[in-house]
Amino acid sequence: MTQTPLLHLTGLSKAYPGVVANDDVSLSIAPGEVHALLGENGAGKSTLVKMIYGLVKPDAGTMLMRGAPFAPPEPRAARAAGVGMVFQHFSLFDALSVAENIALGMENAPKMRALSQQIREVSDTYGLPLAPDRVVGDLSAGERQRVEIIRCLLQEPKLLIMDEPTSVLTPQEVEILFKTLRKLSGEGTAILYISHKLDEIRALCDAATILRLGKVVGHCTPAETSARDMAEMMVGSALKTPIRAGKTPGDVVLTLAGLSAPSPSAFGMPLRDISVEVRRGEILGIGGVAGNGQDELLSALSGEVLSPVGMVTFEGRDVGQLGPTPRRKMGMLSAPEERLGHAAAPEMSLTENALLTGAARENLDPRGVINWGAAQRFAQKIIERFDVRTPGPHNAARSLSGGNLQKFVIGREVLQRPDLLVVNQPTWGVDASAAASIRQALLDLAEGGTALIVISQDLDELMEISDRFAALNEGRLSEPRAAQGLSVEEIGLMMGGAHGMEVAHV
Amino acid sequence: MDLSAINPILFIAGFLIAATPLIFAAIGELVVEKSGTLNLGVEGMMIIGAICGFATAVETGSPLLGFAAAAVGGALLSLLFAFLTQITLANQVASGLALTLFGLGLSALLGQTYVGIKPPRMADINFGPLAEIPVIGPILFTHDIILYLGLILVAATWAVLKFTRAGLILRAVGESHDAAHALGYKVVRIRTLAIMFGGACAGIGGAYISLIRVPQWTEGMTAGIGWIALALVVFASWKPWRLLLGAYLFGGITQLQLNLQGAGVAIPVEYLAMSPYVITIVVLVILSRDKSAAPASLGRTFHASN
Repeated sequence: MTQTPLLHLTGLSKAYPGVVANDDVSLSIAPGEVHALLGENGAGKSTLVKMIYGLVKPDAGTMLMRGAPFAPPEPRAARAAGVGMVFQHFSLFDALSVAENIALGMENAPKMRALSQQIREVSDTYGLPLAPDRVVGDLSAGERQRVEIIRCLLQEPKLLIMDEPTSVLTPQEVEILFKTLRKLSGEGTAILYISHKLDEIRALCDAATILRLGKVVGHCTPAETSARDMAEMMVGSALKTPIRAGKTPGDVVLTLAGLSAPSPSAFGMPLRDISVEVRRGEILGIGGVAGNGQDELLSALSGEVLSPVGMVTFEGRDVGQLGPTPRRKMGMLSAPEERLGHAAAPEMSLTENALLTGAARENLDPRGVINWGAAQRFAQKIIERFDVRTPGPHNAARSLSGGNLQKFVIGREVLQRPDLLVVNQPTWGVDASAAASIRQALLDLAEGGTALIVISQDLDELMEISDRFAALNEGRLSEPRAAQGLSVEEIGLMMGGAHGMEVAHV
Repeated sequence: MDLSAINPILFIAGFLIAATPLIFAAIGELVVEKSGTLNLGVEGMMIIGAICGFATAVETGSPLLGFAAAAVGGALLSLLFAFLTQITLANQVASGLALTLFGLGLSALLGQTYVGIKPPRMADINFGPLAEIPVIGPILFTHDIILYLGLILVAATWAVLKFTRAGLILRAVGESHDAAHALGYKVVRIRTLAIMFGGACAGIGGAYISLIRVPQWTEGMTAGIGWIALALVVFASWKPWRLLLGAYLFGGITQLQLNLQGAGVAIPVEYLAMSPYVITIVVLVILSRDKSAAPASLGRTFHASN
């Protein structure tokens, strides 16, 4: 690739108060190249692409687009120059239709009817079927991503930026996405692909740039570099793989018998006839694409949503009609996905947050009076045991980084000696080394005889720690199967396959 | 009691007039809320419009200039709200309530010398032979231009929101300000313009009370119409035509209870006076089953932090 690079970045820097997000970053992308941008959370990947897309202005450094200076003052200018971006958190409007959403992302949107026609044409060409008049709020995650991709494709971009595109897709959907991306790359569109999933990058990308703490720490050719080497470049140290001891499960702790619950909101998912048993010392991994009943299942188990008699039995007692506090007292604990606002109260200190779920089991409020000394010791214990990086337990939960708060939230439940622990997305947005330590803590807990239900969208994680695996699809739970020896295809089918998507006709 | 004293033609013509202030205030607030901002200061902006319009009409002798001044007055007051909520990121509920209290106080101060004066009369539009048609003529074709403007405004708002790109962008900002920002739309600017539009509409609605419906100036004469407008927007599920229906319902019952009072019905006046508020709310609550219609970002503070 000796021609003029499509995009060439030199010495890009961007600092926020207290953090240097990007420090002297340089990289270069050729037309038609699929270039991976790798790094932990907080490594500065998002800031870098936001500068290319005109959402953030660099403090220093230059960008060249086909040899000409390129400094988009706003996304509109970047789009005009041929840069398209598919966001990590979808930038879609739930209440609007597919065509309206796409029109909003275009400079000179044609009339709705003409636009609908264009959408059909592009979606046929790239094997991404999509009905222009559907309301986005009713679409699955994979379909929403298609909306974003088609929105970009209609502008005929020279460079397509994809920020963590596969985190919400089933393996089959990922395969279809990759086919689309390869076809685009074959047509000369360069792709800047952000991810921390190394296998995907090895399968798809021509080149990779690795970022750590805002600096470029290396370039490599993914196909020739092992996933482990890339991971260690990302983290900057050797990785520990969680160790699991072989064990035989004990007595049944939790029985769900035909658990059903109506959808809590317009865009929620009802639970449909879920039956499963979880035993002592066993980890049941539950996979599935986000929005297929994960949050609802956690709510039904934590006691936030009550269930009719006979559906939820814990250690021989019917707990369906008990709220969260009585369930916690009995040893049935849970840690929800949303850290700020659900698992933790953002503005309250770590001590107060430790108290909020720990009071019942750790006896931190005897006779209704808070024992602050004990609460603080409990918070301190979590911080020390789980290596939470914070100046002290008096700090507000909001001040912690996502990974540190996640360690705190999980640690808080683990240290309450649960008999059953339900966690949703335990390592979401957590860097690789912290994720490894959280997984190790969960394995240790199971070793000690606790029954665990781990709900996650990270299949690698589930395969690593679960004894049995089941998948949620449309609020139904598949039959659990032994995790060892499950193939990716089988898992994908359990998750509902490709949700009716077609393979690109390349 | 003599119900035959109620003239159905005058009654219908009267309720169209009674509904007009509400239509203006509510359609303005609908646009504001569609942009994702909750401005509880409608009552304050209406009363400022009422006094600005009244004073200008009295001083210049032109009711039309009065309405223009009312729109400017309402929009200026709403700029204060826009500054508080969009620039300093103050809480929208508190800022809106403060705006109402401020508007009520300021209007009382401005209006001290205007109590007891009669404003110049607004001429009705001359429809010629159309007004001669029996029944329909006196009901539909004997009104002032502002009343028709209100109807046109409802239709225009509906069409703009549904069919134009400007309307789409406005709805998008109200639906998800973060996504709109990511696409490069100027959230604060769009919301400020929507807030000013809402202020101007509320001002005209207020002036309609002081210049045409009553017509005189008394302190606090908007008498809660601004609050009804707020409720109307919610219960009309942010739909312009349903909003018009609700406004007519309110206007109709207001007019009916006045006529009943005049006819000497044996119901205490207090019950009759509260009936338009109660019935309008109850009917709209029953109508508004689809709760998901609210703009998703309504009332949330936007800050382009990253």
